[in-house]
Order: sequence, then C-alpha cells, then structure tokens
Amino acid sequence: MPRTVFEKIWDEHALAKRGEDEYLLYVDRHLTHEVTSPIAFEGLRQKNRSVRRPDLTFAIMDHNVPTADRALPVRDEHSRAQMRALARNAADFGLTLFDYFSPWQGIVHVVGPELGLTLPGITLVCGDSHTSTHGALGALAVGIGTSEGEHVFATQTVWLRKPRLMEVRMEGSFKSHVTAKDAILYTIRELGTGGMIGHVSEFRGGAVERMSVEERMTICNMAIEGGARTAIIQPDEKVYSYIRNAPYAPEGEDWDEALKYWESLKTDPAARYDKSYRLDVGRLEPQITWGTNPAMCIGVTETVPDPRLAEDPAQRRAYERALAYMGLTPGQRIEGTPIDAVFIGSCTNARLSDLVQVARLVKGRRVAPGVRAMIVPGSMLVKRRAERMGLHRIFMEAGFEWRNSGCSMCIAMNEDRLGPGERGVLTSNRNFENRAGPGSRVHLASPLTAAASAIEGKIADPRRYELASIEELELEWVSPWVECNVLAPLRGG
Amino acid sequence: MPEPVRRVVGKAAPLEMDDVDTDQIIPAQFLKVLTRKGLGRYLFYRWRFDEQGRPKEGFVLDRPEFRDAVILVAGRNFGIGSSRENAVWALMDFGIRCVIASSFGDIFYANSVKNGLLCIRLDDDTLRGLRSRAVSGDMVLDIDVERESISLPDGSALRFSLEPAVKQWLIEGLDEIEYTLRMYGEAIRRYEEGMRSYLKPRRDAAVPLE
Repeated sequence: MPRTVFEKIWDEHALAKRGEDEYLLYVDRHLTHEVTSPIAFEGLRQKNRSVRRPDLTFAIMDHNVPTADRALPVRDEHSRAQMRALARNAADFGLTLFDYFSPWQGIVHVVGPELGLTLPGITLVCGDSHTSTHGALGALAVGIGTSEGEHVFATQTVWLRKPRLMEVRMEGSFKSHVTAKDAILYTIRELGTGGMIGHVSEFRGGAVERMSVEERMTICNMAIEGGARTAIIQPDEKVYSYIRNAPYAPEGEDWDEALKYWESLKTDPAARYDKSYRLDVGRLEPQITWGTNPAMCIGVTETVPDPRLAEDPAQRRAYERALAYMGLTPGQRIEGTPIDAVFIGSCTNARLSDLVQVARLVKGRRVAPGVRAMIVPGSMLVKRRAERMGLHRIFMEAGFEWRNSGCSMCIAMNEDRLGPGERGVLTSNRNFENRAGPGSRVHLASPLTAAASAIEGKIADPRRYELASIEELELEWVSPWVECNVLAPLRGG
Repeated sequence: MPEPVRRVVGKAAPLEMDDVDTDQIIPAQFLKVLTRKGLGRYLFYRWRFDEQGRPKEGFVLDRPEFRDAVILVAGRNFGIGSSRENAVWALMDFGIRCVIASSFGDIFYANSVKNGLLCIRLDDDTLRGLRSRAVSGDMVLDIDVERESISLPDGSALRFSLEPAVKQWLIEGLDEIEYTLRMYGEAIRRYEEGMRSYLKPRRDAAVPLE
C-alpha cells in the first residue's frame, strides 16, 4: 500500500496498538526544557524510577532565560528555581544539559536541528507544542504534555493517536520580499486555527522543494497554530547538507547507512490524504496579523475587518473583542499603524537566514526614534555565526539591541516583554491576548516586515525597501556551511 | 496517576467563546512552578484579574450562580495553542471535572485524558442549545462515562462518544508507565536491540566539560 513519509516513519516505530487508533511509538530523541519538565521528574522520583535512555534525552534551558549579559544574575527567583531544577534533574538522571552558560544553548527547536540531534526518519518528542518544527528535516516530531514526558522518561515510548493525513501543497514562486512566514500565515488565515486539528500536515510541492531547510522550519513550526498535531516534509539533499558534520550527526559508515535509509523516506506517488489544501505562493503579498489569534491575519496593504461583515454572531463577537483588545478601528488600514517595539526572534524566525534577511533590509538605515528593536538569535551558535559574518555590527549600527538566545518576548517569561497597551511587530508565532506581557498588542509578521516596521516606527510594507545583495553586506567571514545552507538559498532568489 | 472517572454530576457554566487557547486558560507567568498544586487560582487569570491582581467583575465562573460549576460548556477549538499541561491542572484544581466543546486542541485533549479531565465533543448546534440552557445558572448535568450519556434536568439525554481507549483509561485510571512496561517491556527491549547505530548520538559530542 502506498504510504506517506509520515506513515513510513510511524510504522517503523510503532511497537503496539491499543483500541482503534492509538499506538505505542518508540522515541529516538527526547528534548526537554526547564518549564514543562520539573513535575515529570518529580513523578519519577516519587515512584523511584529512572530515565530509561539518558543517552537519547537532552535538556536545554530556553523559556525562562534572560537574554541580557550572562554574567548578570538571573533576577526572577521563579525562573532561577526552574533553571536550577533542570540542572539538578539532568545531573541526577544522567542527561546531557545545555545550560544558561553553554555555548550550544538556545531555543530547543533551533538547537536540535543545528546540532544534528534532529535527523530524518527519527521520532522526536518535546514538552512544547512547536516541536512540529523538527518535521522540516523529515522527522516525526510531536509536542507532548508533562504526563506524556514522564512516560517517555520512564519507558522511552509514547502513546499517540494516529493523526489523519493532510496535504498542504505550496506551488509557485514567491514574489520579492514575500517569505515562507507569509505563506504559513496565509495558510492559517484560510484554514482557521482549527483547520488542521487531528491531522499531520505534510508540506509539499514545488515551492516547498525550493525552500531552504530554515524556511521549511518556519512553516512546520507554525502548522501547530492551524491546529495540526504536527507537520512534516520529506527529507532531501538540502536536509542532508544542513546536518552533515553537525556535532551529533552520524559519521563515517553510520552516515552512509543513515543516508541510504533517509533516501527511502519519500512519500509514494499514489499515497492518499484525508484532506488537501493548495496554495499558489506567487499570489501572496506580505501578511500580518491584526487580531488575537494567528488566523486573524491580512495582507499588509489590506484593511482590518469590520465585525458587521462577519459570517456568524460568534465570529462577530470574536472580531469585536479582538479589535478592542488590539486598539484598532474596523476598516482601518493596517499599514502605518504606529508601533512601540519590534522583536526579531523565536523558534519561528531567529535562524541565521532570518538574520541575514533582516541585515539586507536594515543595512545603512536606522530604527525609528522611540522604537525598541531587539534581535534575539535562535541559539548561541546562530549568534556566533552571525558575529563572525559581522551581521551584529549592521544591526547595532541600525539601532537594534543584539541579545543572547532564549524564547524571550515570544512567551515573555523573562524580562523581555511589551508593556500594557504597547504594540509590537514580532516574528514569533502567537498573538494571543497578553502573550508578550499583560496587555501587550502583538502583530505577527515575517522578519522583513518586522525590519521595515522598525525603520518606519509603523507597520510597514517591506516591498518599499530595496534589499542589499549578499555582496553588499560585506560579510567578514563565511564558513562553507553558512555559504551552502544559508547564503546560497538566499542568492537563488 | 488520575482517579477513575465514571460519572460527573454537577452544574454547568457556559463559556461563550471559540478558540480559547491555553495562554488564556493559564498565562505563561504562572508556568514558573515546580508543583501542580494550587494552580486553580490562576485559571483564566487575565479575564478574572486586572494588572494589579485585583478581581474583575463578571467572568462567568466568578458569578455567584456558577461558583459551584464543575462542567464548562465551551465552543469550538477549546485548548488550542501551547502544550502546557498546567491548563488542565488549573481547570481541575479550580474544580472543573468536564469540558464540553465541539473540538479541542490535540495536545490539550491528550493532557486532559492523562489527568482524568473528561472532554466531550458535541456538534455546534447541540452545544449552542446547551450553552443557552446553562445561562440560567441552574442546569445540573449527570454525565455517565460508561454509557456515554448526558442527562439533562428535564429528563432528556444527549449521547456522546469517546474513543474506546480513552473511555477505558478514564474508567480505570491506571498507572500508565507501569502498564506500558508490564505489557510492552519486551517489545521495547527488542526495538532497542535492533536500533541502528547511527540513531545513537555521540555522547557529549558538543558539550565541553565545565
């Protein structure tokens, strides 16, 4: 029977079936962070249980960590307590830990792929909904809760209901200044926050094949905002190149054997899906959210909706509430709305290629007076790579804060947040009420739209800014990895 | 390990809203905890308290007639967003034993089952009817998990359906880790024996000893 890439990996890891559609899957990689894990570790202690496979389990501090100077103390006592608890749990249970001071620290969904912990064909779980990100490398990756995490610690397996299969086919070529972020925002806008519930979304089609691995991570990351259980893209040469020589990736004969298996992980031509959605990315303009969930989204030249035109009373109420919360008027143009802050960061858009794109727009320009603009690299490795290239100087000369890595303003568990009523353009993934701090007003957009908005001090259409070429950035030092996986795809158009 | 859930009896409160995400159920600032106890006071915090932490008027669960509600009748896409199990712990600590909605966020649903929070799916029309009947503040429902039936005060009944494994889990309330290892320990060992060597990460490849 023809199968999709997701089914092939599922079948390889399913150890047992329970009831109609629940399977016990073996977990090849378990990533864990300081916020969702402490109660799972406590559960193990109470029952005198150990972590079955500490060699497959990696602990990373990301949600709580301050992004200022690491020599300064962590002031928030609750954050400090969770970070200490993770350090102690990693030591007690024998796990590899990337702590606050580790040169490999970063957001778990950036660190996994860049260190080669994430590989095609593996099962990977993490107590975080954006675990879907790892699907971009052809992994079967699912976000789990704390009870499930405890079960994985103890058994290295997880019970999962087999999701239905959804195909999200993206064809065509992006217009200039329109990005993968715009494509996924538009998809969620069309399908709604519940449009993918119960499904794994497989992104495919010419536009996806042409995307870099980092762009693919952006779309898989946000599939969860459309309700998807997770997302996946069949692996290809770009993925192999991305992880080749990564610290934890296989070497020598192991690499050759792995590659042979990975090449078999293609969706069969006759494979069937339960649901399909098709998008021509060539007709998109830059997208930006106006409301309080990621589906409340419009093109940057459009006007915010008028609740009176809503389809049903529930939608009208939701629109009215969102407009009031966001401080917007029905029918107003979104472009030109004054902002207080810009945040370039998060597991959605803080990888090296995102930073290069921002640099191409802001080089030689200045952040508008009164706007707080911060760049929080997805990992400390992203930060070091950017600094070798000299990107940080472009950002600092433009007036951006150049910070250390963490989840930061995306979840506002550290000090990085918007004040009540403050409006920001964020490259992250959620614009829920109070997400970036109590009373915060969040507009989600691509790094280019966020950068253009920082320059104008208002929500801005990035297409009005010519992008510097890679050569014009006058990069100081470019490693072969960066050239191949980050710069070449951007040069390609 | 959750207590068995065979029956939920009590008052229902209507929550007239779709797309209630887990950030609304419990904001991120209350995730900085090392225990699951006492989270009920942070439930729907931003809707119930102002920026200084003073109670706001009017949220349905704070109204006198709904103080003793144990069932929440919601809308579409309840529990979307973040994987935080704290959302389930907060609901349960507050006293909620059952959420009825037309659809649920997948991770929220799985977390609910693990903790014995009953999640029931009903279609949008039935749900709308149920919400409007709950507004009066005196609708007591009697939910029988085994028979998959909700008895209303007027003697009528609504049918719902649970996946068999979910139903069994709720009724038995077992220790799943113990169960998995007892039933499938051998299968797990076999998988591990056959695990290809490239799947095993090089130990400490990227971690300088500090």
